[in-house]
Amino acid sequence: MSETAIYPSESATSAIHSGEAATQEAPATRAALTILTIVLLILLLLFPLIVVFTEAFRHGLGGIVEALAEPDAISAIGLTLIVAAVSVPLNTVCGVAAAWCIARFRFPGRGLLITLIELPLSVSPVISGLVWVLLFGANGWFGPALDRLGVRIIFAVPGLVLATAFVTFPFVARTLIPLMEHQGAAEEEAALTLGAGGWQIFRRVTLPNIRWGLLYGVLLCNARAMGEFGAVAVVSGHVRGQTMTMPLQVEALFNDYDWVGAFTIAGLLSLLALLTLAVKAVLEWRIGAQGGALL
Amino acid sequence: MTVELRNLRKSFGGVAALDDVSLTIARGEFVALLGPSGSGKTTLLRAVAGLEFVDSGDIVIDERSIHGVPARERGVGFVFQHYALFRHMTVARNVAFGLEVRPRSRRPTARDIETRVQSLLDLMEIGHLGGRYPEQISGGQRQRVALARALAIEPKLLLLDEPFGALDAKVRKSLRVWLRELHERMGLTSIFVTHDQAEAMEMADRVAVLRAGRIEQVDTPATLYAEPANAFVHEFMGESVQFRCLVADGRAWIDGLPDIVLPNRCPSGPAVALIRPHEIGLLPGPGPARVDARHHVGPLRRVRVRMDDRVLDLPVPEGRWLPDAGQTCRLDLSQARVYPCASDAAGLSRAGDRESESPIRATMLIEENSST
Amino acid sequence: MLTVQRSALPGFVPTFGITFLWLSLIVLVPLSALALRPWELGFIGVWHSVTEPRVVAALRLSFGTAALAAAVNVPFGLLIAWVMVRYRFPGRNLADSLIDMPLALPTAVAGISLTALFAPKGWLGALLAPLGIKVAYTPLGILVALIFVGLPFMVRTLEPVIMELPLDAEEAAATLGATRAQIIWRVVLPALLPALLAGFGAALARGVGEYGSVIFIAGNMPMISEIAPLLIVIRLEQLDYAGAAALGLIMLLVSFGILLLLNLLQRRISVQQT
Repeated sequence: MSETAIYPSESATSAIHSGEAATQEAPATRAALTILTIVLLILLLLFPLIVVFTEAFRHGLGGIVEALAEPDAISAIGLTLIVAAVSVPLNTVCGVAAAWCIARFRFPGRGLLITLIELPLSVSPVISGLVWVLLFGANGWFGPALDRLGVRIIFAVPGLVLATAFVTFPFVARTLIPLMEHQGAAEEEAALTLGAGGWQIFRRVTLPNIRWGLLYGVLLCNARAMGEFGAVAVVSGHVRGQTMTMPLQVEALFNDYDWVGAFTIAGLLSLLALLTLAVKAVLEWRIGAQGGALL
Repeated sequence: MTVELRNLRKSFGGVAALDDVSLTIARGEFVALLGPSGSGKTTLLRAVAGLEFVDSGDIVIDERSIHGVPARERGVGFVFQHYALFRHMTVARNVAFGLEVRPRSRRPTARDIETRVQSLLDLMEIGHLGGRYPEQISGGQRQRVALARALAIEPKLLLLDEPFGALDAKVRKSLRVWLRELHERMGLTSIFVTHDQAEAMEMADRVAVLRAGRIEQVDTPATLYAEPANAFVHEFMGESVQFRCLVADGRAWIDGLPDIVLPNRCPSGPAVALIRPHEIGLLPGPGPARVDARHHVGPLRRVRVRMDDRVLDLPVPEGRWLPDAGQTCRLDLSQARVYPCASDAAGLSRAGDRESESPIRATMLIEENSST
Repeated sequence: MLTVQRSALPGFVPTFGITFLWLSLIVLVPLSALALRPWELGFIGVWHSVTEPRVVAALRLSFGTAALAAAVNVPFGLLIAWVMVRYRFPGRNLADSLIDMPLALPTAVAGISLTALFAPKGWLGALLAPLGIKVAYTPLGILVALIFVGLPFMVRTLEPVIMELPLDAEEAAATLGATRAQIIWRVVLPALLPALLAGFGAALARGVGEYGSVIFIAGNMPMISEIAPLLIVIRLEQLDYAGAAALGLIMLLVSFGILLLLNLLQRRISVQQT
């Protein structure tokens, strides 16, 4: 029943590493390939990350503080937080509902539902924003009507929220569905025979079992919500101080050749990315250590 | 308190999982549902618990139908095959669960719950494990926690789904005895699913043998073994040796053994005679069987007998004639039971019509046949 | 099986309701706008809209660079996945986290930092300039960005498959006299072919629609280094909603078509192998 850790356990790889010539490349080859891989990873993946921070610190700590003190930067950070604060909880609630529905029941159309949930992931971010403009933009289906009512969606915060909700929708459900299917319904059925009602079953049995998966899903959802660029760029209208989230602010500053400003904000976003990766690593280490009991 | 299952039917996508199943269980009985996988026994158990819904039929407990009653209100204790312990709760919290989720009006005080939990754990001989988590205890111990948890709600009925399936043989044996004693001591009424006929025979008051969603026979273990209603039950309850035969005018003629004719009440046509290895007698004299070898396993004596193209390994009880290797002998099949089979040249035993009369014990009729 | 099996567990109706409602609002309604809007131009209008030279150039660039980047990621991803699964080396866990970097890093951040890296004065740009290779502001830059973005898809698709490779097949080949290189070529690679295709498809799909990572390093010059998503943005700004929708629809359909094809190919190969 235990989940395998990301890599084969030590005992499994020892069969490979005990010098079995049949299933091993020559030591020299192995060393060369390992070095090549490390170089590749460093060049391709590590360097871009490092560059963010070296550019941000080009004018030292003072430059960073100055960049962060800019009113546009502050409002961008604030707006990003607001958009995330609205879209992430909504998608979490719906993601949990979707996971319960899909993992615990069989019904016609279940496959279609799964495909629809995964859909935003295969769609270009620009298209994810485009669809909202088609609905609520100046030439959109509902745009003119809402405009007469004084409701602004596109080029205003609600549009940002909708676009962000679209692209971050799958994350919580995608993490929870395989987890809940793997765990099976036996514990919940047991709770049922012991007299527990729906909410009691969810709160006392299901939630503790999925808590780490839920945390990870929420983190992914949040990271994407704060970092989304393409979809938000389309619906935002780029109004400084009003509809610029952090990624949009990064773009604006970069195009203005204010590299320190751009990379400072980019640095904040990178820290968030690093945090997400760290949590993922810790969670996976926990899976390995506990043989699948936690995730 | 009686439990009545009345004409239960359920199908999954065209396949009948339960096909008109009826069974009555009296208060205090320990009934086993026995059958191969796919026979519907687990489906039946889950239907009683309310975890599955039947297409038609009724389940009546104490004169009251529980047909529309949801699982959480049935007051039935269920022990799952892999225990389904709540992995994030300690053993004590697991056992307390059923009491803690009761509506306020019926919920005991926290102190009461603790006391009850501890006394149940002591009863299960795991009183010291209250603070542990399921992953920290052994399979046999988890089994007892699952039982304690189900018993905590003082159920009217206890249902167990292959409770010993996941345990190793030694633990299984001791737990069988222990469970039966617990059932007696607590005055429970239990239904228990297993595919292991030895287990069912050892523990149950009555055993219901199921196949393909139907109950083939319900009887005490002894009766099931000695008087199986059809070929399937005969073969399921113990070792069977099969002889193809043809029934004409109420007598069964065995293929390859023209000396032996068995009276019976099967319809004319192909049939099968089934007999347990230890019921086959060996008689001196020229005959169709040849002894290949004999061996002694401790005090037990066994012979390997060759006949036509088959080899039989038979025990020879004390006091009976023991042939030497190389000798020929005759077979005494008087204890065989004859069952009709579907007109199928392969002659594999099939349950004949359930309504056919159970074959009477054949009286010994061995005719010296001059054509040998 | 179309029959609905009643389940004893509670909560189906409310959870299905919430899911369906949210899905409709957030996914179905917007996508139907995408599917319907182009047709106000009429069939001919849509055809003209998507066959304009500028559009064709952009589509060719987007799909072409995505395919090329995914192709480059095949050997890269295979190498990295193989080393990560089969070898042990200090820092392997760190490397593992690093592989997810392009997935975790916001696309705009990736975009500007890749630009900074490959700009004429950047660390790698300065190394390549003497060789006459210009990366930033050229289609080559787009390629590099898409390689960055697609790498985790390839590696993560391959890793579980490599882990499941039966070692005894390789051992058997060795006892039959094959060299290690022959084993890799004749035993291992064919077994990995379906996964390589799947990874290729995933990286391709991601690369076609990529915007933030690419928009800074590309030159964005029409007909030369202008990606299709940018063209959608431009049309929206010009209030040509139908044209933007048409282009988006075409991109979606072609992407799905390619994925479907790859899926079929993958399945055909898997069947052949069993």
